[in-house]
Amino acid sequence: MAEYAPLPDVQTLHGTPPIGPTPEGGEVQVIASGWKLALREFLDNRLAVVGALVLIFFVLFCFVGPLVYHTNQTLTNPLITDLPPGGGHPLGTDENGFDELGRIMVGGQTALEVGFLASFIATVVGTLYGSIAGLAGGIVDNVLMRFVDILLSIPFLLIVLVLATKYSATVLEEALILGSFSWLVPARLVRGEVLTLRERDFVYAARVMGSRRSRLVVRHLIPNALSVVIVNVTFQIADAILALAYLGFLGFGLQYPSVSWGDMLGNAQNYVSEGYWWLVYPVGGCLVAVVLACNLIGDALRDAFDVRLRRR
Amino acid sequence: MIGFVIRRLAVAVLVTLGIALVTFLLLHILSPSPVYAVLGAKAEPAAVKAWNLQHGYDRPVLAQFLTYIGNIIHGDFGYSYKLSQSVTALFREHSGRSAYLSGSALVLSLLIALPLGIAQAVRRNSIGDYTVTSLNFILYSMPSFFLGLILIQFLALDWGVFPPVVSDQITTVWGAFTHPLQLTLPIVTLAAINVASFSRYMRSSALDNLAQDYIRLARAKGLSQRAVLTRHLLRNACLPMITLVGLSIPYLLAGNLLIEVLFNYSGIGLLFYTALGNLDYNVLLAYVIAGGILTVLGNLIADVAVAVADPRIRLG
Repeated sequence: MAEYAPLPDVQTLHGTPPIGPTPEGGEVQVIASGWKLALREFLDNRLAVVGALVLIFFVLFCFVGPLVYHTNQTLTNPLITDLPPGGGHPLGTDENGFDELGRIMVGGQTALEVGFLASFIATVVGTLYGSIAGLAGGIVDNVLMRFVDILLSIPFLLIVLVLATKYSATVLEEALILGSFSWLVPARLVRGEVLTLRERDFVYAARVMGSRRSRLVVRHLIPNALSVVIVNVTFQIADAILALAYLGFLGFGLQYPSVSWGDMLGNAQNYVSEGYWWLVYPVGGCLVAVVLACNLIGDALRDAFDVRLRRR
Repeated sequence: MIGFVIRRLAVAVLVTLGIALVTFLLLHILSPSPVYAVLGAKAEPAAVKAWNLQHGYDRPVLAQFLTYIGNIIHGDFGYSYKLSQSVTALFREHSGRSAYLSGSALVLSLLIALPLGIAQAVRRNSIGDYTVTSLNFILYSMPSFFLGLILIQFLALDWGVFPPVVSDQITTVWGAFTHPLQLTLPIVTLAAINVASFSRYMRSSALDNLAQDYIRLARAKGLSQRAVLTRHLLRNACLPMITLVGLSIPYLLAGNLLIEVLFNYSGIGLLFYTALGNLDYNVLLAYVIAGGILTVLGNLIADVAVAVADPRIRLG
């Protein structure tokens, strides 16, 4: 485990390390906050940087792309259905005459929006729930966590599908139903973290100084449990985007004119047998690339925050 | 041990009741009564009221829930008004085929993932290890239906080795067993997704074990690499896999659902999918609750199995 030189005061902790050239013997560590060390570790991981770049590319592609590449994505055009790539349509057109490249951009917007929003909901709810349970302890903790156990035992995709039969028309609804069943894992993680944190000296010190519980949670426990949460967020995004794709594929996607990548793959089986490869593989490839990027980032973040694995 | 099992069983029963309650309430919010499915969307209010009264849907939710639980205990999961059959009979008819699909996919994925993980751990950081790790990562990030589509494109449509969908003629498990070509693609697709997650864990578990003294001892006393790997490493590295398999049941169910829809294979997953389209609430309710029960049982069995397999673990 890395051993850090004693930290002199808060100023040096957050400011630039006031350390000159490494003395002979080189045992002195550069003082940097855990966050900076984690960031450095993350940037050293080449796969993670690729993942981050891919994700940034897709955010730009989906949200800035349509500003540059203008296509009609609301009115169907029966004259140009199922055209193969070429001639003004780099990726061809789909069965309604929508330009496929433009459609991938629009579908990517909703996929990313639902992914980020669902993971945001899950993370906020889970963090608050977990820290309350961990801090309260005793019977409150027991009751709260048994409830989490129950919800976790319900297969995620099945219950989400049942809810999606009624609530899946808009991005907000999809994000809400996905988020409302994915806060359970962050809640467990944060509770576990809080259980160890609450016995630490700095939390005792804060208690002795008379902080209220809310301050304890917001100011001390959540920031210290944040690394666990951040790692989980990226996996949540990946899972939400995948789940949205499943919903779309099974026909419980967004309502016209909104569309997501999963909705576009809804008829993929027919496209494959008709030989319309451009309606299947570009969308599917984008989907896999975004999910893969999120997973790579998540893995790297987990390694970066794990002090035990950290190189010195 | 027995005390532990009894206590865990009691908890499992409570959790199952909780699962049933949550699912029941959610579905009740979505649709308080299946009356419109039976009498049609334009049914007369009086007829609706009479039907609800006759079938007990006018009673308080909790009273309905208690009746439902009582019926479940007697093996009655309600009646599918869309398919005019009891849900229990429907499940009895379809579950065998689904169990065959999941079971063979699970066995196949373990048969691939365990040796693969060990091989990766032994040749860690080689080109082969990196290739398999990257492939696993891609598979892991891929929706199962997309993998299925790729397999259909190449193996079924382009090369014509396997049929693109499972034939309607396959109605029994025995039929599926005697026509292996029909189910190859569904099983392989489902297994590939599992291999991606299983072999990752197997690799790291084997890596942990390879660094331990007992492996060094086994090598020092002159055992061949093969004996070290099969007799010493495999058994110990498999221990975490027991838990993983127990925990993978919800994913198997979800995977089943997608694969059955994709290949038009008539198991309970496809039954559930049809019920989603028809809003056939008793089928939906039964499938979600059954999935929950399987999940709880999977966890329980995994805990007990680990304790049986690993004498170091004492349950108290």
